[in-house]
Amino acid sequence: MATGTEPHLNSGGVRTGTRAAITAPHLRTDRWWLAPAATAAGLLAFIVYSTWRAFANADYYAAPYVSPFYSPCLAENCEPMRAGPNWDLFGSWWGISPAIIILIFPLGFRLTCYYYRKAYYRGFWMSPPACAVAEPHKKYSGETRFPLILQNIHRYFFYAAIPVAGILTYDTVLAFRDENYEWGHMGLGTLVFVVNIVLIWAYTLSCHSCRHIVGGKLKHFSKHPVRYRMWQWIGKLNARHMLLAWASLVSVALADFYVYLISSGVFDDPRFF
Amino acid sequence: MSSYEARFKVWRGDVQGGGLEDFKVEVNDGEVVLDIIHRLQATQAPDLAVRWNCKAGKCGSCSAEINGRPRLMCMTRMSVFTREETITVTPLRAFPVVRDLVTDVGFNYTKAREVPSFVPPEGLAPGEYRMMQEDVDRSQEFRKCIECFLCQDTCHVVRDHEENKPAFAGPRFLMRVAELDMHPLDAASETGLDRKKTAQDEHGLGYCNITKCCTEVCPEGIKITDNALIPLKERAVDRKYDPLVWLGSKIRRRSS
Amino acid sequence: MSVVERQEWDVVVVGAGGAGLRAAIEARERGARTAVICKSLFGKAHTVMAEGGIAAAMANANEHDNWQVHFRDTMRGGKFLNQWRMAELHAREAPERVWELETWGALFDRTKDGRISQRNFGGHEYPRLAHVGDRTGLELIRTLQQKIVSLQQQDKKETGDYESRLKIFQECTVTRILTASDSGSAAGGSRVSGVFAYERETGRFFVLEAPSVVIATGGIGKSFKVTSNSWEYTGDGHALALLAGAPLLNMEFVQFHPTGMVWPPSVKGILVTESVRGDGGVLRNSEGKRFMFDYIPDVFKEKYAQSEEEGDRWYEDPDNNRRPPELLPRDEVARAINAEVKAGRGSPHGGVFLDVSTRMPAEVIRRRLPSMYHQFKELADVDITAEAMEVGPTCHYVMGGIAVESDTAAARGVPGLYAAGEVAGGMHGSNRLGGNSLSDLLVFGRRAGWHAAEYAAARAFERPEVSDLQIDTAAAEALRPFSAEGPAGGVDDGRPPENPYTLHQELQQTMNDLVGIIRRAGEMEQALEKLADLRVRARRAGVEGHRQFNPGWHLALDLRNMLLVSECVARAALERTESRGGHTREDHPTMDRKWRNINLLCRLADPTGGLAATDPEHGQITLLRETTDPVRPDLLALFDKEELVKYLAEEELYQ
Repeated sequence: MATGTEPHLNSGGVRTGTRAAITAPHLRTDRWWLAPAATAAGLLAFIVYSTWRAFANADYYAAPYVSPFYSPCLAENCEPMRAGPNWDLFGSWWGISPAIIILIFPLGFRLTCYYYRKAYYRGFWMSPPACAVAEPHKKYSGETRFPLILQNIHRYFFYAAIPVAGILTYDTVLAFRDENYEWGHMGLGTLVFVVNIVLIWAYTLSCHSCRHIVGGKLKHFSKHPVRYRMWQWIGKLNARHMLLAWASLVSVALADFYVYLISSGVFDDPRFF
Repeated sequence: MSSYEARFKVWRGDVQGGGLEDFKVEVNDGEVVLDIIHRLQATQAPDLAVRWNCKAGKCGSCSAEINGRPRLMCMTRMSVFTREETITVTPLRAFPVVRDLVTDVGFNYTKAREVPSFVPPEGLAPGEYRMMQEDVDRSQEFRKCIECFLCQDTCHVVRDHEENKPAFAGPRFLMRVAELDMHPLDAASETGLDRKKTAQDEHGLGYCNITKCCTEVCPEGIKITDNALIPLKERAVDRKYDPLVWLGSKIRRRSS
Repeated sequence: MSVVERQEWDVVVVGAGGAGLRAAIEARERGARTAVICKSLFGKAHTVMAEGGIAAAMANANEHDNWQVHFRDTMRGGKFLNQWRMAELHAREAPERVWELETWGALFDRTKDGRISQRNFGGHEYPRLAHVGDRTGLELIRTLQQKIVSLQQQDKKETGDYESRLKIFQECTVTRILTASDSGSAAGGSRVSGVFAYERETGRFFVLEAPSVVIATGGIGKSFKVTSNSWEYTGDGHALALLAGAPLLNMEFVQFHPTGMVWPPSVKGILVTESVRGDGGVLRNSEGKRFMFDYIPDVFKEKYAQSEEEGDRWYEDPDNNRRPPELLPRDEVARAINAEVKAGRGSPHGGVFLDVSTRMPAEVIRRRLPSMYHQFKELADVDITAEAMEVGPTCHYVMGGIAVESDTAAARGVPGLYAAGEVAGGMHGSNRLGGNSLSDLLVFGRRAGWHAAEYAAARAFERPEVSDLQIDTAAAEALRPFSAEGPAGGVDDGRPPENPYTLHQELQQTMNDLVGIIRRAGEMEQALEKLADLRVRARRAGVEGHRQFNPGWHLALDLRNMLLVSECVARAALERTESRGGHTREDHPTMDRKWRNINLLCRLADPTGGLAATDPEHGQITLLRETTDPVRPDLLALFDKEELVKYLAEEELYQ
């Protein structure tokens, strides 16, 4: 019989006693760790950056540009932005950075997003780290119980993400004013904002919940031709959900960083007209 | 025609134990891993157990793990490996082993039986069915499935957690629930069967954490996660986590 | 001998392809407790390889279509050798069988108004093939499989056990049909009493006792080297029926599909669908010549284009031009390719070139032939949008099979034995039309299940006995490969056992070279000698290891069946001195009207079921000529007189 017969294993998972006796948790020879490692590194970088920026409570406004992290700005301690997304809903008791109030929504949207779930389940939680690579956990209940069962509320964050994207669109329109609030301006910052808002919308609309609400829930497409066409269109975007998730994540950080650079006076916004 | 000698490690044994056995074997131009396994049978190991059938990627019999990745042996060309590489072939590691490369895939047949079948609509005789192409497209994608069970094998929910097997149907059969729920003429709901709800309550949809390995290994290229599992999760949300729907069903239950 | 487990069932179905599953569904729905035995896993049958569609005159695409037209096409395709009553039943019932699949959950491609879409195919006058892209066979199997599961779910509700009335014994092989005689002889008799089988996984023997057995095991392609068939196609059902005393009909008719892949070696034989040529693909030899223009037979001269220009115009304007000769019937094209290769004008790997790359833009090819594009890309590294494919004939289907009664699918001469699908003969005559195999499965699968259930019900209180002697004999036969040294003191003493894989390869080479697509008397005589030699050596086929999932052992047992069936093919082919459909004689190149109503029946030479293996002279098979019933006048009236003259002998015409 086979050479190197191994003692019988019985320690769960792929080493369960009835399965082929192989000690190695996996036999992959390719660089399977690269994707989860890169994912984890990327997400970690964003978390560090965004935490710093969200709590900094400074350098987020340089007329006409407002950092997407601070928009809308809803506390009294916000920097005044003329005709900007700047409503004093929370009053003076809010002492810390006003970014925290609004960031909950995009954060929740991305945290419950079907793509990011895959990314952090694989990258951080290693459940699993890669296909056919054994995960290190003894127990697994997936999204069947609290807290992960809350992932099911993704669609409500999607609803919330629409007004947020709307306000960022408004910010982008305002970026066509100059620092004196005169219309007819376009600077490098305007371009950064336009690119960012296009990616934000593309990411938001390519959401799986959106695809479901628009048409996926229907049993008979033939009876709803308009919704069917919208579902097909969103389906095409949805196929690029991962790409859009990363692109919009980078673009939103870049937009914020750009505002930071201008606001802190590192350089002046180059003007096109 | 150029041929060379390749190094193989093939797992041999049964439920009592076993291990990787070394082979040196001739490889010719254009061959696939299954050809090499057959050559081993014909020349070195006549009793090497392996399941196969059509050898054209259409029946889904020759599933195994090649260099640790779940694949069909008949669709894995030798040209994807370098000549120096040692190629390791093992049985599927999520199922009990029978012998050599053959595993007991009974889990899948058990799960297949647990999904309630298509319910034909009342009052439509054979020949009277009318369905539009756009309405059958989604389910037709899922019906491309050749039941190779690679998705069931790679899914960590059961691969890494034997104890989840009773509660979890696996990607293939959750996709079957989705297929029936999207079938334009399925009349399950008329008989009181809510497939959206049972997907979560009885077939373990909640265990899926959409890490997409099922989609990655599917030899038919079916978008299992994006087109079946996530839409099914959203449909379950419609039933179970939509406050308006939930409130409505509470009131209806009280009044009845 | 060890005690072998026995179970009682009403109907046992051998084979779980389309015909077997359809038979099982019917038998169970008619109240019979039904067991299905199959060599592979449930749902992996060879039926999944069918691509084109199911032929049924539903008239969804052309309202002029009806069963009479379908019947006419089928008889023409089979060159009037078809068992006409089968062709009639098939054409009449196919639409209902297809519609029924929809009520079980099948999802066919749709027409604009939501009905089942139907496509054109060779030999069919109207678009007639219900299809699902190019995976119709998979849809068929899956639908039947899921219908069986739904019946089991019903049974579970009523009895608490999924398998109380319908059970699948997967990965099991039947090696003998057991029989009983009215006199109670222990050696068996003429009536079916059950089957003897083993589990592939464990090697354990078991017996299913049943008054009715339906054979639905498919074809014989694995006896040939180049084939589109899977390993299961070892002619098991044909051999089981022979051994049980039933005759095989017209085994000389084997269909070679003209275009199979020839390279790489690992995929040699895999089908390249007819649609490639239908969509504009052309055949060229190594000199770059479209050689098919040289191979148009006289009878087809008026119907096919005489120049490349005309042939090319046909794709756009079929009403005013004649079709290109690449679209001649399968047998003609296969013979032409064969001749080119023999003349030294073949491609590097022994085929000819099938080219679409110079005929259509790349994106059109990818859209119209997606699976062919992927098949060549993934398996051969050939981009068919940029270069030509290499193709050659491949063994595809056997028209001959178990001789059955048309209405009941009952095997002749063995009460309780039924056969349906490819394993049954008669339906397709000398040549099968594309799409008719899937409808054949459904129509006759149902009929076999129905009559098997009725037969079993009538014998509920006098079930035939299964004798221990028969079981012991079958067990000894199955175990022989484990002790395969020659008889002590005999000529074989001390010689090492034969390798079953080697024997199989030699058999395949023999059949391919000597009883292949073009046949000659001398070569077939040579083949019979070689078969006799292989038969002797196969007695000594030995295997290593034990009985648990041992492929060497399985092959050693299948060899018996392949050798029996191959001898039938060779003997019948030698006997029929004409060329018709799937049987081409170089020494008798024309169709002979005198053979039109002659069936060749193969029977076991030793009717007791023993195999006279050591006597190469006699062989195991005897042939019998039989004159068929005249075609019913109302069916004959569907054809023009001028057409009938080509096929029917004078005395048949004026009866």
